[in-house]
Amino acid sequence: MITAETQHLKPEYDVVVVGGGPAGMAAALGAKEMGADRVLIVDREKEAGGILLQCIHPGFGLQHFKEELTGPEYAQRFLEKVLETEVDLATDTYVLDIDKDKRVKLMSSDRGVEIVSAKAVVLAMGARERTRGAIRTPGSRPSGVLTAGLAQKFVNMLGYLPGKRAVILGSGDIGLIMARRLTLEGLEVAGVFEIMPHANGLNRNIVQCLHDYNIPLHLSTTVVEIHGSDRLEKVTVAPVDETFTPDMSRSWDIPCDTLLLSIGLIPENELSRQLNLRIDPVTRGPIVRSTMESSMDGVFVCGNVVHIHDLVDFVSQEALLAGRNAGLYATQQQPPEDNIRLVPGENVAYCVPHTISSDREHTVYMRVRKPLEASVLNLGEVYEKKLRYVFPAEMVNLKVRPRFLHEFHGDTLKVDIVPTAS
Amino acid sequence: MKIVLYDVTIIGGGAIGCTIARELSRYQINVALLEKEIEVGFGTSKANSGIIHGGHHGSPDSLKGKLEWEGNQLWDPLADELGFGFRRIGELTVALAEDQLPTLNALKEQGEKKGVPGLELWDRDRLQQEEPSLSENAIAALFAPTTGVVNPYEACFNLIENAVLNGLNLFVSSPVQSITEGPDNTWILQTPKKEYRTRFVINAAGVFADRIAELAGVRTFSIHARKGEEYLLDKRLCGLVKRVIFPCPTPVSKGILVIPTFDGTLMVGPTAEMVEDKYNLATSSAGGQQVFDFVRNVVPGISARDCIAEFAGLRAVADGEDFIIGTTSKKGFINVAGIQSPGLTAAPAIATLVADIIRDEGLSMSLKDDFEPAVPKPIHFASLPTEKQIELARQNPSYGQIVCRCELITEGEILDAIDRGAKTLDGIKFRTRAGMGRCQGGFCTSRCMELLSRKMDVPIPEITKRGGESWVVKPRTELTAT
Amino acid sequence: MTTQTHESTASEISNYLCIGCPMGCRLEVEENEAKEIVEVRGFSCRRGEQYAKQEHTEPQRMVTTTVAINNGLWARLPVRTTAAIPKDKTIELCQKLRSLRLQAPIDRGDIVLPNVFDTGVDVVASRSMKTADETTSSRNG
Repeated sequence: MITAETQHLKPEYDVVVVGGGPAGMAAALGAKEMGADRVLIVDREKEAGGILLQCIHPGFGLQHFKEELTGPEYAQRFLEKVLETEVDLATDTYVLDIDKDKRVKLMSSDRGVEIVSAKAVVLAMGARERTRGAIRTPGSRPSGVLTAGLAQKFVNMLGYLPGKRAVILGSGDIGLIMARRLTLEGLEVAGVFEIMPHANGLNRNIVQCLHDYNIPLHLSTTVVEIHGSDRLEKVTVAPVDETFTPDMSRSWDIPCDTLLLSIGLIPENELSRQLNLRIDPVTRGPIVRSTMESSMDGVFVCGNVVHIHDLVDFVSQEALLAGRNAGLYATQQQPPEDNIRLVPGENVAYCVPHTISSDREHTVYMRVRKPLEASVLNLGEVYEKKLRYVFPAEMVNLKVRPRFLHEFHGDTLKVDIVPTAS
Repeated sequence: MKIVLYDVTIIGGGAIGCTIARELSRYQINVALLEKEIEVGFGTSKANSGIIHGGHHGSPDSLKGKLEWEGNQLWDPLADELGFGFRRIGELTVALAEDQLPTLNALKEQGEKKGVPGLELWDRDRLQQEEPSLSENAIAALFAPTTGVVNPYEACFNLIENAVLNGLNLFVSSPVQSITEGPDNTWILQTPKKEYRTRFVINAAGVFADRIAELAGVRTFSIHARKGEEYLLDKRLCGLVKRVIFPCPTPVSKGILVIPTFDGTLMVGPTAEMVEDKYNLATSSAGGQQVFDFVRNVVPGISARDCIAEFAGLRAVADGEDFIIGTTSKKGFINVAGIQSPGLTAAPAIATLVADIIRDEGLSMSLKDDFEPAVPKPIHFASLPTEKQIELARQNPSYGQIVCRCELITEGEILDAIDRGAKTLDGIKFRTRAGMGRCQGGFCTSRCMELLSRKMDVPIPEITKRGGESWVVKPRTELTAT
Repeated sequence: MTTQTHESTASEISNYLCIGCPMGCRLEVEENEAKEIVEVRGFSCRRGEQYAKQEHTEPQRMVTTTVAINNGLWARLPVRTTAAIPKDKTIELCQKLRSLRLQAPIDRGDIVLPNVFDTGVDVVASRSMKTADETTSSRNG
């Protein structure tokens, strides 16, 4: 059973989790594990599971469950655990507001507006897709230009097809996956266009979503104009130079009625902003301590709210940690505070968490700015790790063990990922 | 079948047509409005900047300058009665160089001559104090408290809703294909669906007003399209500036503005570019570049990265740049053409002027006893106090269901919008803001389609973005037929 | 896949990208003159090695798609094959599944189409789906 709506909420909770996707479910389990009795998950959809429910393809769970699952299977496993552990679940419910005393204002059609108080809050709202406005593609504004995620929902859940002939802008994983989905549903996919000189999705998806179906991938090429008055009629594409300036002399038109945008995700941080959490301008998510606590005491964050992950397994891992620490906070048993700040250095766009402590092991997630072959990750001067290759599309993770830091007495560590000296 | 003879038929349901229709609905006459699109306000009005100009910009020697100030003063009662968003937030015309100061002085003098109250010249210190986000290059500005912002499409919807309530006959999806003179000083208007007979024709057809005049055989002017591109910015920047920011004007245009819209989001634009094709609503990279390059000099905190949506509209520009309002060589055919900026501001004054013209032309017009000046104010859940929200959600569970996450719009508000005339996704968007926020409909499009489908009893694939061929999804059966 | 021939040895090396997991290892399969696999290189796990051999001889894919479902919470039910099937049968399988219409409720793992193309592989539901009108179960109080 994917939906098991809690009919009556308690007035007080130890931990309230906002969002019932993979992050929220893992966080709730983590909180329970640490002895938080009263845990509530709030989700705005009619069932928990989040975007996983529309990601019907396999590729999930290899890290967490040691087997390959589809999105709905991964979600259902977590949900079953959530229900076994007696976490309250309020679906079809929207969080209108959280105040500084952690009173959460909820609204649903069944129960109306109600306020519950929480000792700790976990924000796990996920992300939203970047839209056409974010890249300011010139041209008219016909119907038929939509984000890949919306198309995915139409096709995989609602049962409608977005059109007959599609062009996909952006080689992120959702775009690649949708190229295959649309092909299997009988649409023609004219090509995937990527403005960067390298693909943004995982290699495995390029192989099994594009190569398998002979769908061309055009790197360093982008959509420069959208045509059509009512419905999309065609797009103009053109190659770009190193500064991403299109070369219009080499542009060409592609007739199509559908343009899917797979141009990235942005952390959903409406509530984080309401709470005035400190935001990292690179990740566009809250700045976090090693416990996944934000700049506000007792407000924890995890999943795509913090930074965009490429694997749900890492989301679960991070969320479990956030949930455990929220549980500890609610039961007043917090771990020692962080004493080392991580600073992204050469070819490192960001590190999460932003601070760590020297007394226990931490997993640090980071993303590189540009791809490299054989390279080395330097954690200040205390540790180095060899990497076979790095891509911006693939998160790098590093286990920082207390023993690395035995001899270290500073308070900042710079993280670089540089080519191996040959 | 009895053939209806209308007293007046308005061609065009933009801001001008809607305001005229509402004005005429006060009288005991039989009025029709023919709109070519599926909903009113879907042409130029939809892309309007939404500014009610202060009244001082236009020369009192031009018709548009005169009607600008007259119209400005009529917006308060209109907004009161019809409940659409309107707020006098004031404007600043900013000088970035010494040589622009005389222009500010001249504008102030012109405004004062027209009777515009409250004009003040502000120096740099005052500017920095009132609008700290303005560039340090802004050395002075003319402040006009009379300037307001309005939701132009909401105004159209509410005007027409009120007009219909008072007896207007509204026909959408009804492009006029031919105009002929009928017996006894009447006109016959042909649309693909139907023929309409009328004594008076009001040509409020926007950029196509010259074509409509030509169909009637009274074309004495041309309408050119001057395209304006607008760029809407993320809510994050709400409050960055409090007033509408104008650059010093040039003879062709009021320039590129920073507009705090009625809803609080910032919009920057418009560009001004003459285009041949009157269906050309494309935005361009050059246009975007021009807008953001310019705005950076005035409000440095704004960058193209914050853009969430862009769109373009076509100003209807007559030869000589002024409004063309009045009778023609043929009895009963009245032009309301070339209504470019400040057309929205002037609209209520244009409407009363048109009523006067018709009266002068001999139509007997007595006021209705039962004219209802108001329409119910739409519920806007997110802006209600908590107690009110609790009560409303208890009374009607559909107000307890959020559909649009970015703008916090409930299912109840969307159902209200459909009840009040929304037929398309854009119709919902422009009435409720659902889909207008930063995710641009990524989350709520499918839900809005379900609600439209349920209320209008049509299958989801028949739901459109804005009528015509703007379908959103295909049914699966079409592809499985093989 | 790309192939290059080493003239000196007359062996042939084919390159593949592993799809076993998100690491995307770059695999090399070396073949001798008799078209026998001599060596597989570049894998980081046993699955990768197997994948390289399989991909070289008879490529296979897991298939996931959706099937129409009546009276369900959603209009489509996600389904998957229980194991990989020959790659060139993927589209045919999806076409076959388009003619099906299921009835809610359904449980995860329920067989939707058994033994496809006589491979012994079934197509199963990859989630449970309740009926749309089923009242939500009340938990706690």
